[in-house]
Amino acid sequence: MSANPSRLVEQLKGGLDAPICLTWELTYACNLECVHCLSSSGRRDPRELTTAEAKAVLDELHDLQVFYINIGGGEPMIRRDFFELLEYSIGRGIGVKFSTNGAFIDAAKARRLAAMEYLDIQISLDGTDAVTNDAVRGEGSYDTAIRAMNHLRDAGFGEFKISVVVTRHNVDQLDEFKALADSFGAQLRITRMRPSGRGADSWHDLHPTNAQQHQIYEWLLAHGDNVLTGDSFFHLNALGEEPLPGLNMCGAGRVVCLIDPIGDVYACPFVIHDEFKAGSVRDLGGFGQVWKHSELFAELREPQSAGACTSCGSYDACQGGCMAAKFFVGIPLDGPDPECVSGHGEAAMLAASAERPRPMMDHSKPVRVATPERIPVTIGRR
Amino acid sequence: MLDRHLELDPQVALRPEPFGALAYHYGNRKLIFLKHPDMVRVVQALGDHDTLADTLRSCEIDETRWPSFESALAALTESEMLHERQPVTTG
Repeated sequence: MSANPSRLVEQLKGGLDAPICLTWELTYACNLECVHCLSSSGRRDPRELTTAEAKAVLDELHDLQVFYINIGGGEPMIRRDFFELLEYSIGRGIGVKFSTNGAFIDAAKARRLAAMEYLDIQISLDGTDAVTNDAVRGEGSYDTAIRAMNHLRDAGFGEFKISVVVTRHNVDQLDEFKALADSFGAQLRITRMRPSGRGADSWHDLHPTNAQQHQIYEWLLAHGDNVLTGDSFFHLNALGEEPLPGLNMCGAGRVVCLIDPIGDVYACPFVIHDEFKAGSVRDLGGFGQVWKHSELFAELREPQSAGACTSCGSYDACQGGCMAAKFFVGIPLDGPDPECVSGHGEAAMLAASAERPRPMMDHSKPVRVATPERIPVTIGRR
Repeated sequence: MLDRHLELDPQVALRPEPFGALAYHYGNRKLIFLKHPDMVRVVQALGDHDTLADTLRSCEIDETRWPSFESALAALTESEMLHERQPVTTG
């Protein structure tokens, strides 16, 4: 047990009997249209799992001894059976952490949530002021999130989480985010922006600059023990001797996976694309069969080539970075991370083919084409 | 440490894995890796024996390895995976 992280990482790379960190997006429906949405959510998919199917998946996760699941979406609270599934999961000994924009947490729901055990809630917020937040998450979403947090506090929910995707525009607010979380008795969670889903289009404008990567690393070294990160910033470990807290590896298909709203199983929440689809919970043998025997997951559990990073002295520290980030900017999977702190990502992106893979499963709401204002005219003779 | 009366916290679940087991505490949400099958056997047997020394002996752990078990179990106690058993009062 004495900490020998590198040996542990080697063991985890070979995969586990069941995931540690399973994300389950319950629906593609969402009241918001965040520009970085990793699942391009907006509209419900008619093929989404029924209540009975979802409960059967939970039965299976119980048998596999999955300790807890991360529920997201879309906005999971939109599902009419949301509380039913929540209670069913917790009743089967599977703790739940769910992510929400807070729009459906009123005073009564906050009390109901506060009465449940083994439940964690993450409210998404991408700015400590409405201007910064709403530019990414949509008009009114800041006020909505703060209102939900007030309800949770008033209901005595306890320590909920505030979940932030770090961007070029909110990176200077990290101290303010921490202060905001503290003022609610909440815990701060910051994660890395990926060019996934609608993020494929917004990433180039939103992802932190190279100087800001240093800033995030320094901030995490100073605050890391009290801030959750989903271990998503491990590419920054190349910046110094001291590794960031958490697991320094890509967990995709090894300790992590995603079940999407229609039951498809992907290697991680950031790679909703056919190339990373391992199977479906609707297949014969269900989720367990996919997790244990899919070809894709078997491949991901093999030792990975360092590829273009072989000769870089930092490879052991950064592990080549995030697979999803590389994939959606067109960098080969054995190439450098696009946000490589040594700057190798920039060159790799320039060399990447112009044909970047497009995210699949786009459930964005129809684009409202702005029609030019019609000017009533009367044509006639003067 | 060796004379302590420890047991697995009832809120902790163990999941067998090829390397040993995962231990998850439903209360404080901590996840810990038990990185050797012997460690899993010891942790599971704690409740059946009076002291840690008794447990290590009955699990046939060589005495040269006891110090590493002691420090590992101390860490598990720190993270509340193990707790002190209430002394049994008789009479």
